[in-house]
Amino acid sequence: MPMLDTLRSASRRRFLTDTARAAGGCVLAGSALAYLARDARALPADAIRPPGALDEDAFLSACIRCGLCMRGCPYDTLKLAELGIDGAATGTPYFTARDVPCEMCEDIPCVAACPTGALDASLEDIDDAQMGVAVLVDQENCLNFLGLRCDVCYRVCPVIDEAITLKASHNSRSGHHATFAPTVHAEHCTGCGKCEHSCVLPEAAIKVLPVRLARAETADHYRRGWEEKDARGAPLVEGVIDLPDRLPGPGTDNLVAPGGFEPAFRLDGAGQ
Amino acid sequence: MSARTHSPAGAEARETKGWLSAHRYLLLRRASQLFFLALFLSGPWFGLWITQGTLAGSLTLNILPLTDPFVAAQSLVAGHWPELTALIGAGIVLAAYALLGGRSYCAWVCPINPVTDGAFWLHKRLGLPKGWQPRRGTRLWLLGAALVVSGLTGTIAWEAVNPVTMLHRGLIFGMGFVWALVLLIFVFDLVVARRGWCGHLCPVGAFYGLVGTKSVLRVSAPARAACDDCMDCYHVCPENQVISPALKGKPGTSPLVLSPDCTNCGRCIDVCAMDVFKFTLGSTTP
Ligand code: SF4
Ligand code: SF4
Ligand code: SF4
Ligand code: SF4
Ligand code: SF4
Repeated sequence: MPMLDTLRSASRRRFLTDTARAAGGCVLAGSALAYLARDARALPADAIRPPGALDEDAFLSACIRCGLCMRGCPYDTLKLAELGIDGAATGTPYFTARDVPCEMCEDIPCVAACPTGALDASLEDIDDAQMGVAVLVDQENCLNFLGLRCDVCYRVCPVIDEAITLKASHNSRSGHHATFAPTVHAEHCTGCGKCEHSCVLPEAAIKVLPVRLARAETADHYRRGWEEKDARGAPLVEGVIDLPDRLPGPGTDNLVAPGGFEPAFRLDGAGQ
Repeated sequence: MSARTHSPAGAEARETKGWLSAHRYLLLRRASQLFFLALFLSGPWFGLWITQGTLAGSLTLNILPLTDPFVAAQSLVAGHWPELTALIGAGIVLAAYALLGGRSYCAWVCPINPVTDGAFWLHKRLGLPKGWQPRRGTRLWLLGAALVVSGLTGTIAWEAVNPVTMLHRGLIFGMGFVWALVLLIFVFDLVVARRGWCGHLCPVGAFYGLVGTKSVLRVSAPARAACDDCMDCYHVCPENQVISPALKGKPGTSPLVLSPDCTNCGRCIDVCAMDVFKFTLGSTTP
């Protein structure tokens, strides 16, 4: 039946072209979608994820953008990113520390509200949260670095004296004062943003950054000999002769050459 | 064919049944759409917390979790195994739509439906041409593409563009530029492709369609012998390819609308002056 055959081949051809067209369209649409979905991974530096959030890649596979965490937050800290306005993936929760920081609720209601595990329910102690890490980004304008006693970021820290300490050192400008440098200890910093929120400068000198931006990674081949020596309680290499250290400064024999140098200032009556 | 073919669809039903019964399911449907919005909005607007969250995931009366199963499926494909709460929520939604007809979601819940219905209404009023009509199956291809892209990028890919959840979230949490996306769909349906979005492209609708393949709640045409070929049901049905097998089937074939594309909107029941259609339970009895 040639008539039927032509019909059949015509319909088969139509089927094939239709399928090819649909498949082609899907590859196009899929590529556009993939571009948009991947683009959504570019989380701006000042957008901090809620406590317990999985790392950004895992978070985007887990968060269904329901907003329940935001509803759970009693301080209106969290926001959902709006299309075309906020940089974070549309509908995902984040906060801007400078506007409203996280108050580190003891019962962590945002995590309890999350149905998917995008905020990891295994976070039980809010002190273990790592939303980000505070970094004193501008030493040139930080009032404490200028020698004043502002101390605000230090005072407001919920993990005061662990996450942030004041490190005293000689104030070389005045010559007879100390500077108290706010110093963040990343291991204890939760990234709550209270410090950034409270910084008295018009633009905060201390800022919470996502961990990926705030932290360096030690190279595997670099070993901290002094730590290993302490742990071992003895030198790492046997039979090394320990020569006396030739430190500069008053009270040593090393105020002048060879090998020493003159200190930049002298305290009257000290040493010698 | 009778002369009535040329009068607006449903005019005859309005005369014989009265305006109210000729719009019964349409009114119920709009009420249902408003009801589901009100559930989510009463909290943020009036402090009356009934349902928190969005259509993607919600918690009702602090006890009932619901999750959009298509979003959950993409999350699974992207490599995340959700917590039990989300899985239970997705299970409940799946079970409900498997019984009630998957695309009941489209007709009775989805916030985009009034937009595309509005575009269709205007399209008819302006007498515009059909425009581009991609195959109805295109949405299944898009559904597949959304899942593949989720797997490849490790993200819940469709949520990057999904106008359904975006509009819903926008109404509850803040719009951003979502209005532009919604306008785009309206204009697309109006001038580019009649019934283009919901009828041909939306993978969410396609997903729910698959969920409802074995639905218990269905439209049936038990009185199909009384059909006088006015074609009104074909004019109002958003998926009118589903009607013929039930309405024009040979004697002995099922009068049930069996296609998963049927949205259970009940508009065909409304506009039929001969009362050919009705909702039925059970997938075998007429
Ligand atoms: S810990 Fe408390 S304040 Fe911080 S985001 Fe969660 S709910 Fe909000
Ligand atoms: S509750 Fe969880 S899934 Fe929902 S928006 Fe928040 S992080 Fe995402
Ligand atoms: S972000 Fe600032 S306030 Fe919060 S824990 Fe870290 S140092 Fe303290
Ligand atoms: S097809 Fe998609 S947009 Fe249309 S009503 Fe259904 S879910 Fe909503
Ligand atoms: S067959 Fe009837 S109920 Fe189904 S989509 Fe069409 S008009 Fe709606």
